[in-house]
Amino acid sequence: MTSDLDELYQSVILDHNKSPRNFAALADATSHAEGRNPLCGDAYTVWLRMEGDRIADAAFQGVGCAISKASASLMTTAVKGKTAAEAEALFERFHEMLTGGATDLTGMPGGVKALSGVKAFPMRVKCATLSWHAMREALRSESK
Amino acid sequence: MTTAATLDVTRIRADFPILGQPVHGRPLVYLDSAASAQKPQAVIDAVARHYRTSNANVHRGVHLLSQEASAAYEAARVAAARFLGAAEPGEVIFAHGTTSGLNLVARSYGDTHVRQGDHILVSELEHHSNIVPWQQLAIRKGGRVLKIPITDAGEIDLDAYRGLLSERTRIVAVSHVSNVLGTIAPIQEMADLAHDVGAVLVVDGAQSAPHLPIDVQALHCDFFACSGHKVYGPTGVGLLWGRKALLDAMPPYEGGGGMIDLVTFEKTTYAQVPARFEAGTPPVEAVVGLAAALDWFTALDSAALQAHEHDLMVYATGRLSELPGVTILGRSPRKASVVSFVVDGIHAHDVGTVLDTEGVAIRAGHHCAQPLMTRYGVSATCRASFCAFNTRDEVDTLMGGMRRVREVFG
Repeated sequence: MTSDLDELYQSVILDHNKSPRNFAALADATSHAEGRNPLCGDAYTVWLRMEGDRIADAAFQGVGCAISKASASLMTTAVKGKTAAEAEALFERFHEMLTGGATDLTGMPGGVKALSGVKAFPMRVKCATLSWHAMREALRSESK
Repeated sequence: MTTAATLDVTRIRADFPILGQPVHGRPLVYLDSAASAQKPQAVIDAVARHYRTSNANVHRGVHLLSQEASAAYEAARVAAARFLGAAEPGEVIFAHGTTSGLNLVARSYGDTHVRQGDHILVSELEHHSNIVPWQQLAIRKGGRVLKIPITDAGEIDLDAYRGLLSERTRIVAVSHVSNVLGTIAPIQEMADLAHDVGAVLVVDGAQSAPHLPIDVQALHCDFFACSGHKVYGPTGVGLLWGRKALLDAMPPYEGGGGMIDLVTFEKTTYAQVPARFEAGTPPVEAVVGLAAALDWFTALDSAALQAHEHDLMVYATGRLSELPGVTILGRSPRKASVVSFVVDGIHAHDVGTVLDTEGVAIRAGHHCAQPLMTRYGVSATCRASFCAFNTRDEVDTLMGGMRRVREVFG
């Protein structure tokens, strides 16, 4: 079981937990959304700055566990420069990676791939996907 | 010469089949009884026996099985009344848990006594189930929920409490034992003060019933709610005790079968207490299991049990305090069986996950007490809770797990 634990808390996860990237409010954001897990109290805000259909910048702030924080850090890094459709597609693949289906991780950003260890801890899947749901909500509120 | 009885923990452990169940290939160290207690064989057997030999609806049939089920159900009420120190079994209502008991009081007593501008006092350390029903009541009736603050040590601030009480106070709601901090509230004193202004005191006893001897009359409270599953019984059943005179004057909370006297389309009259508050088919097997749990639990030497759990709490508090970056929340000298802590820079969920892989089950999160988390400026805590079958060795396993936490997170 120790190996599962090592898979979960890989060095890239621990690094992004300790030094989260894009961990600030985005002053010139064009949309934002909150992700909250009422069961555990984890809460994040995700900001996006869209230029046309493209995510020019992404950032987040909030409190939560190592998995949720590292995941938000990796997510904001991964979606920068992507179109809304590409970010939505990445969300879907990420979700599948954690909940079953997809084992083909080709083309998945390396850091994001590191979160695949969460799959062995079903109780923690919500931690990993929290900021991703907020990102998608921000994208959709933008497109309205 | 007399010596204090000690608890035969080895024998107690043998009563719990789940302790033989490995977790992640390791022996289970269950330090989460405050969330839900494990069940002794006697409870498992009682539920199974009920299904095998006596299963039927209660108070509804003339046939033998219904008579047996009804008799067992009412015998459980007698046992519950004895357990709580009630004046009579008729003061004990089978609710579905502490939450449903508190909601019953808020709806039935609350709706008939709280008016526009009235106050409901609720302590800052309450579980959401002893906050939200009062907020809902306040919204329905135009009343206000006022917060009774706590001290840094995690005790009710009695001076502030006295200051909040007034002729507008209708209800005071407080936990006997805090589910996060373990603090034991001075219920009797708080009840007397509430009565001085004509208010009633409602006790959330979810965390005290499994640890302290309960005597609702000595506590001077007016209502007392607790859960079956935290006193080694099944889920789905809880006890609500209320003073008979108060209960007799209260309208029904839910309507349905079993709670009526006579139903016509023009008018329905209601059954006497406690049936008035037990609409619908009750969880009969859970009630039967709860009676077995109370039998098992009350056979333990109460003083020895308290001494045992206190020893574990003090030992765990000491060991955890030695760890760098660990802060214990709740430093009252009057505490029961719970140690809540935070680790600098490591979130409670991560601590919980690492401990789980070591076979150690603790609770990590806000414990349904978000206002209390806010009070201490944390988003979540780790909570180890102790019961009759825990040992110092298990605390040592917890400490081994904490070393593993440090290895993982540096």
